Amino acid sequence: MNRRLRHISALTALFAIGLVGPWLMPAYISQFAQLWLFIVLALSWDIMGGQTGYNSFGNIIYFGIGMYASAVAQVGVVWPVADYTAAKGGGTEFVFTAEQIYTGLALGIPLGGLLAMAAAIVFGALLLGMRGHYFAIATLGLAVAIAELAAGWDYIGAGSGMVTPTLPQEIEGPVLFYYLSLALAVLAILFYAWLYSTRFRLAINAIRDDEDKAEALGHHTTRNKMTAWAISALFTGMAGAIYGNLSGFIDPHDIAFNAEIGVWMILMAILGGKGTLWGPIIGAIVFFVSKELFWTYLLGWQRVALGLLIVIIVVFFPEGIMGWVRSRWPHLFAAPHLDGDEGNAAAAATDERKEAANA
Amino acid sequence: MREWQAQDRPLLEVKNVTKRFGGVVANRNISLFVERGTIVGLIGPNGSGKTTLFNSIVGAHPIDEGEIWFDGREISRYRTAQIARMGLMRTFQQTHIFGKMTCIENMLISMPERRRQLRDLFSPGSRADRARAVDLLQFVGLYSKRHHLAGSLSFGQQKLLEFAMALMSEPKMLLLDEPTAGINPTLINGLVDRLRRTNAELGITLLVIEHNMRVIMNLAEYIYCLAHGELLAAGPPEEIRNDQRVIDAYLGAS
Repeated sequence: MNRRLRHISALTALFAIGLVGPWLMPAYISQFAQLWLFIVLALSWDIMGGQTGYNSFGNIIYFGIGMYASAVAQVGVVWPVADYTAAKGGGTEFVFTAEQIYTGLALGIPLGGLLAMAAAIVFGALLLGMRGHYFAIATLGLAVAIAELAAGWDYIGAGSGMVTPTLPQEIEGPVLFYYLSLALAVLAILFYAWLYSTRFRLAINAIRDDEDKAEALGHHTTRNKMTAWAISALFTGMAGAIYGNLSGFIDPHDIAFNAEIGVWMILMAILGGKGTLWGPIIGAIVFFVSKELFWTYLLGWQRVALGLLIVIIVVFFPEGIMGWVRSRWPHLFAAPHLDGDEGNAAAAATDERKEAANA
Repeated sequence: MREWQAQDRPLLEVKNVTKRFGGVVANRNISLFVERGTIVGLIGPNGSGKTTLFNSIVGAHPIDEGEIWFDGREISRYRTAQIARMGLMRTFQQTHIFGKMTCIENMLISMPERRRQLRDLFSPGSRADRARAVDLLQFVGLYSKRHHLAGSLSFGQQKLLEFAMALMSEPKMLLLDEPTAGINPTLINGLVDRLRRTNAELGITLLVIEHNMRVIMNLAEYIYCLAHGELLAAGPPEEIRNDQRVIDAYLGAS
């Protein structure tokens, strides 16, 4: 089986499991929704951290911005936002019809993504001049600052947070948000798969490997870095928008700008293998399932177990699961489509034969 | 100093360039020019300011005084990437390649950026590009390594790869910083031959820093010699070879 076929069948299998999953395990539907969102987060961290070589500790900013922006839009299409947040979510008068919910989500999720993207362009202009550890530290600082700003802004509920619109009886929340998460994950995976098949992947990998050389070759390195971060923010923001609804309550520190989730996105990508398409997907699945198991069966020790898992990953799989697979079975990663000769010679011959047939 | 006619100005012209690092004057009032289609050498003892001059020309750091003209434009205020897009490319003394990418990927991402639009970035790249990448890898003798990660190549092979990458970007002019350093001595003749063919067949103008006197005397048609950051001598190889000041500078007498 060649590489492309393997790739497509793996994707099809993944999406098929996604579609029927809720019927097989209806009790875990919210967990699975979260898993799909985590896949999006890991993939979106990896385009910067893995593919471009810029370790962002601040992607959680886009998660939070997307979450708040969507919630504000969803409320705002029906009620004045300031009154809604002032009532601390307790006001029973803020009722939403099914139609208003759908309209709100249809507006809120893209808006969350776009606003996060806009933020990434602004922050990118400020921070992407820094390299290596300086960039990492700056993004970390920025994340802390943005969380504090959100926790102090009354319009979005300040420190007491914000409740997402309460669903009317006829909408089954978990099912709706499960399929929204699945749809976003499918969109993200297909988009990244396409993006990494273009020259853009080579351009950002070049920045990762040797930014000075990329510049010496005349690359628009700043533009490429900004594009990568903006794409990363777009998907992270949309994931945040759905995550807020899934959680039902947005707390600035514990949900929206949750430092723990900010670290998890990095861990998932590293666990699975940075700089690959499948690494972050596999990493997210392995990480999320072990996390859920630890939280269920090792309650009280769950963080110790998770910490141990992280240590084991870093010590035994420094290149992640995909990196380990690659070093054991390198032939699985041969890339005939990049060859300029054999494959193309055959293809050229076919073309010639076609032309001859036509003539 | 040679003279030239106004209508055929040289491709590269360095006029009275001075570069200081704090109190150290790395380049003092240096003037040189390289005519289109020629191979010019730049020699001088270690620390004489050759690499600094290269860095100044390609915009790696600003110069303190002087002008640098390339292809009819004053480029001393331009940034590296802009200058590269004009077709003035350099290779490094210590290799700079993309280590975690395969050789062929290294080649594909070295396509000339100046003729590219944003949408080209979001396409898989054409078959012709790949064929050209393979051809050039063959030209430098790295065909069999094309699917290897560039970081796994030896230093000499990385230099050859970097040279091929520079050719892939279809420059008008190449600045080569010690192309034969670290290359297996048995392969040096082949490399010199390739440099000459690059110049003759692809029409690329070359300015070459080189410590190997046999190589540079064979290759270059005109040579500039730097010492202590100043231009010491300039002339055809046979003149430079017999210039007492050059001999003294290399032997340490002064």
